[in-house]
Amino acid sequence: MKLNKKKTRKICYAPKDLQALRYDRDLGDPGRFPFTRGIYPTMYAGKLWTMREFSGFGLAHDTNQRFRFLLASGQTGLSVAFDLPTLMGYDSDHPKSVGEVGLGGVAIDSLADMEELFSGIPLGEISTSMTINAPAAIVFAMYLACAKKQGVPFKRLNGTLQNDILKEFMAQKEWIFPPRPSVRLIVDTVGYAAKYVPKWNPISISGYHIREAGSTAAQELAFTLANGFTYVEEVLKTGLPIDRFAPRLSFFFNAHQNFFGEIAKYRAARRIWARKMRSTYKAKDPKSWRMRFHVQTAGSSLQAQQPENNIARTAFEALSAVLGGAQSLHTNGYDEPLCLPTQESAQIALRTQQILAHELGLQDAVDPLGGSYYLEQLTSEIEKQAESYFKQIRKMGGVLKGIEENFFQREIAGASYAYQKEVESKQQIVVGVNEYAAREELWKVPIFKIDPKREREQKAKLKRLRKKRSSAKVQKTLEQLKRKAHGKENLMPFILESVEAYATLGEIVSSLKEVFGEYQEPASAF
Amino acid sequence: MSTRNRQARSKIRVLLAKAGLDGHDRGAKVIARALRDAGMEVIYTGLRQSVNTIVRSAVQEDVDVVAVSILSGAHMSVLPKIQQGLKKFGKQDVLITGGGIIPPQDQARLQKMGIGKMFGPGESISEIVRYISDSVCPIVFRGSAI
Repeated sequence: MKLNKKKTRKICYAPKDLQALRYDRDLGDPGRFPFTRGIYPTMYAGKLWTMREFSGFGLAHDTNQRFRFLLASGQTGLSVAFDLPTLMGYDSDHPKSVGEVGLGGVAIDSLADMEELFSGIPLGEISTSMTINAPAAIVFAMYLACAKKQGVPFKRLNGTLQNDILKEFMAQKEWIFPPRPSVRLIVDTVGYAAKYVPKWNPISISGYHIREAGSTAAQELAFTLANGFTYVEEVLKTGLPIDRFAPRLSFFFNAHQNFFGEIAKYRAARRIWARKMRSTYKAKDPKSWRMRFHVQTAGSSLQAQQPENNIARTAFEALSAVLGGAQSLHTNGYDEPLCLPTQESAQIALRTQQILAHELGLQDAVDPLGGSYYLEQLTSEIEKQAESYFKQIRKMGGVLKGIEENFFQREIAGASYAYQKEVESKQQIVVGVNEYAAREELWKVPIFKIDPKREREQKAKLKRLRKKRSSAKVQKTLEQLKRKAHGKENLMPFILESVEAYATLGEIVSSLKEVFGEYQEPASAF
Repeated sequence: MSTRNRQARSKIRVLLAKAGLDGHDRGAKVIARALRDAGMEVIYTGLRQSVNTIVRSAVQEDVDVVAVSILSGAHMSVLPKIQQGLKKFGKQDVLITGGGIIPPQDQARLQKMGIGKMFGPGESISEIVRYISDSVCPIVFRGSAI
């Protein structure tokens, strides 16, 4: 998806395109406000990005094995993929979970599964990212309980909770509660982490899924940052000062295919965030101005046809993330249009990052593209497009209002259809699909399959757990949680109590649903 | 659906259904727009529909086609159940088609059961439109906007 698509195409940029740009005001040295060139003075020369491959499948012990393999292969952080029932807050024995247990990620029903997931992995020494949204507070509590059992103090825990529900309503659509109570749970996790788990990133404000749903780069940038501002405003309402929590807000972007456009997007994101944090929200701590972000290469850019080509696609996308100054990176497995990555394809993905890190000389200079006439112009251009969206969103009455009115959903669907029409008319060439096609190659690569027996095993495990634990204790903690949910207190301590009594994820979610209700998708226009 | 009804109207009616727990509706929405732009009437169910709801909506809306978007991997259980459900209401001639990540052996098994083509990733929109209009009563619809 290109910027400036409709205008006459300009193909050469020169100093006059940068006349409005002032170095100190708009770029700044790396590590200096507004951080356009990067958030640290030395960037990768000082410290490489974290190589964090998203993985999870089957039962907790299957994923535990994959984690150990990745750590042994030189991966430097963990990233957990949960299965759909877990993401939607259903236990593995819920009727809606049939056929989906352990399929798209790991099945986690209770603290017992979590203990198994991190068995033999010292939580005080590794950072863990968890892609969990609607039930994030509960899974966070499970992680904390797990650390407690390992004897690791909360202060030493390092990691990230995705925990971004607004983009779920906009794009990925894995929701449970209505927007307002959902945001309250997020505010609670942010407040709790600020107090007790200071090195934890309690939210990763995500554009990735917005882009995967078909948005343009400018929409990804604008909607993600607008969500970020919304969370900031909601936390501020609880009375927590900005500099107590802003340094721990983190972001997550997509590395898509328009190479320079993507690099411009990351740079613009840093600049907008820094300015807004300083001038609008009056943050004083420079850490509050610095936008740290994770990047994942674009799953939607991968093709099922001639899947090996995806290795090249992923490598180029990853390069844009590195040139754009990402703090952590996930590279996709080439087989992901067809299945979860095999161990072999996960390793190629990790090796791609290691090649970038060690063979290309990317550590030799910080922000090597800074000052490029083209790139700086693109950066300003996408920033302008984002600003115009911010205005529109403000006029609408804010992000929550926009969600209720289907604004974001409509914008994204429109962009996605426009793109598909370009593919259809071959304005956009997709190698191996609408050009250079060789259809018979489909499904020729090794396919990773989850044994359907896993679902039965997980259900049996859950049944044993329900028998073994004290149901009186579970009931007591759940009742308490419901009472507290009616009030305004931070719910984290009460969720933690339920989790430690081995209440299941589904039970905790059901209890909260009784108080908060369930989200209903607005009548869907397409 | 009966031939009488079909002749009485000029547009193909499609129920676009999203089954399974996943929320990935990008493909479904693109197809919905494309079918509409091709002159069909499209009813989109929204996310996470059970087989029963899909069948009920198909009967109520008196559609010619049920197009199922399914990415969760549960196609081998969901599609035959929709087929059986439609049969119960005497709607065995409704075309069941859709899209997802369907391995070729599953595709073959579905075809044997009488379920229509399931389209995979990278399929062209015009191909899907052509398949639906060719499969649904070609005589009646030839020469219309499609």
